Amino acid sequence: MIEVKNLTKKYGDHEAVKGISFTVNEGEILGFLGPNGAGKSTTMNMLTGYISSTSGQILINGTDILEDPKKAKSNIGYLPEIPPVYVDMTVDGYLNFMYDLKKCRLPRKAHLNDVCSLTKISDVRNRLIRNLSKGYRQRVGLAQALINNPPVLILDEPTVGLDPNQIIEIRTLIKKLGKKHTIILSSHILPEIQAVCDRIIIINKGEVAADGTADEIAKNLTNEHKMTIRIEGSTRTAADRDTITDAIRALDHIKYVRADMEREKGIYDYDVESDGTTDVRRDINALCRRNNWNILQLQLSDLTLEDIFLKITMGESVTGDKNGNGSNVNIEFENGEAVLENDTAETDTQNDNGGEQ
Amino acid sequence: MGAIYRREIGAYFTSGVAYVFLTVFYLLSGVFFYNQVLLSGYTDTSPMFSSMFIIVLFLIPILTMRLLSEEKKNRTDQGLLTAPISLWSIVLGKYFAALTLFIVAESIVFVYAMILSYLGTVVWASLLGNYFAMLILGAAFIAIGVFISSLTENQMTSAVISMVVLFFLYLFDSITNNLQNETIKKMIASLSFYTKYIEFTQGVFNLTSVLFYLSTAFLFNFFTVRVLEKRRWG
Repeated sequence: MIEVKNLTKKYGDHEAVKGISFTVNEGEILGFLGPNGAGKSTTMNMLTGYISSTSGQILINGTDILEDPKKAKSNIGYLPEIPPVYVDMTVDGYLNFMYDLKKCRLPRKAHLNDVCSLTKISDVRNRLIRNLSKGYRQRVGLAQALINNPPVLILDEPTVGLDPNQIIEIRTLIKKLGKKHTIILSSHILPEIQAVCDRIIIINKGEVAADGTADEIAKNLTNEHKMTIRIEGSTRTAADRDTITDAIRALDHIKYVRADMEREKGIYDYDVESDGTTDVRRDINALCRRNNWNILQLQLSDLTLEDIFLKITMGESVTGDKNGNGSNVNIEFENGEAVLENDTAETDTQNDNGGEQ
Repeated sequence: MGAIYRREIGAYFTSGVAYVFLTVFYLLSGVFFYNQVLLSGYTDTSPMFSSMFIIVLFLIPILTMRLLSEEKKNRTDQGLLTAPISLWSIVLGKYFAALTLFIVAESIVFVYAMILSYLGTVVWASLLGNYFAMLILGAAFIAIGVFISSLTENQMTSAVISMVVLFFLYLFDSITNNLQNETIKKMIASLSFYTKYIEFTQGVFNLTSVLFYLSTAFLFNFFTVRVLEKRRWG
């Protein structure tokens, strides 16, 4: 659907984007992640034809954006960082203007009604955009992008300035739109990317630093595997703790084992780290079966997106294992869609050390 | 082009620029009409038209100052430039919106003509010729104004620069008075907007002048397109 090859953008001597290449398949929701000034917006502006690339090629639905800009642009709905709304117009006037500007052929009234109800702006349609809150302007901007049902949606930080309820609404909407559209979404809010995107591209200093699902990226970055296992021993006393720790330590490929807090009466959590060459979960399971222990919980605690992001963008080793990492984000893959499992609102990497003390 | 044209016309009225522009234009042209036509006792409207050059000069920047500078400032140009339309249709949509309002303004002369027709016989040939001359003068000046508006993000800067540039074009002729060199004198005179306009008010219909104004209009619209194009590559 979208193909980007060796895209570069130079501003004088400064190279804002340095040879980015990636493809986005039909129906995929791709997340662009990167610190401010990494080149996210520049890349998006090039994808939409707002600015030209210095070199490289962009194909939208097979059409080169520089060769046939009209055709390529008609396939794209774009919501820039600042919604391009005219504050002196009413919402309805503005959407009608965009309808005409995009030379939309769909039945006007029904289509605009659809777009407004999708973005939940039906109740403000007769108000001047000047008088709308930031959240509503953002949604009008999104409504504008949806006009003419473009197969590709490019959304630059779509949830900036929204309140938590609206953020959830917009995320839900984006996921819903992802079924019919190919979407590129940029953000520097990590949970948002995790919650919404199928695939993540991390951009840093104008280059693609990582490309893949959150899990794949994490695996490429580290060959260590960490997990927390809650095992019920046979005696259900503190004596189990040492027995089990030693037994696990005796297994192959185990780098590190440590008994954690007593989570339930006589039952402990164990932090286990393997050397990454094999998946040790099966061995541990077999061990437990032999000894009639019960595994009550097993949680992989590989690098979270936050660790990945810091690791890539800071260019230094933020391994995420030593500090126990307070962010309890856990990604589960259901039908290829990343679902945010735990609440990250209380994430506080500095203080919450996973109760190790 | 149609969508942008309609939006700009709408924006002129919602922002109040249209009312200010039309009021001032009608007021000043009315004063000239009263002083130079009614009081003179002749039904020839040419003296009024020659005085109106200066109104056009100061009022056109008010029409054009906002057109492209505000788009850039509010980042609404992102909506326009990523829509499946050409740069020419963006520029021309805006250009013709300004030109339309200018035509509405200058068409007040037909109201004056009606008043005159009660008092005597209107010299229609002179009136229509002058009307046309002012139209193409406006067409050229608006193109210059739109171009200057594309260079800045601030509409006041755009208005002031446009006024200075147009005023300079008006004063262009007076430079020649102090020049000795005949060739340079001729060259400057041939670029004069004012002299060409005054020729029309004196009843000379010069096709060269028509071409001069129209090609200025075309050239500056072309420059505006180039400015937008260059910004994409910047």
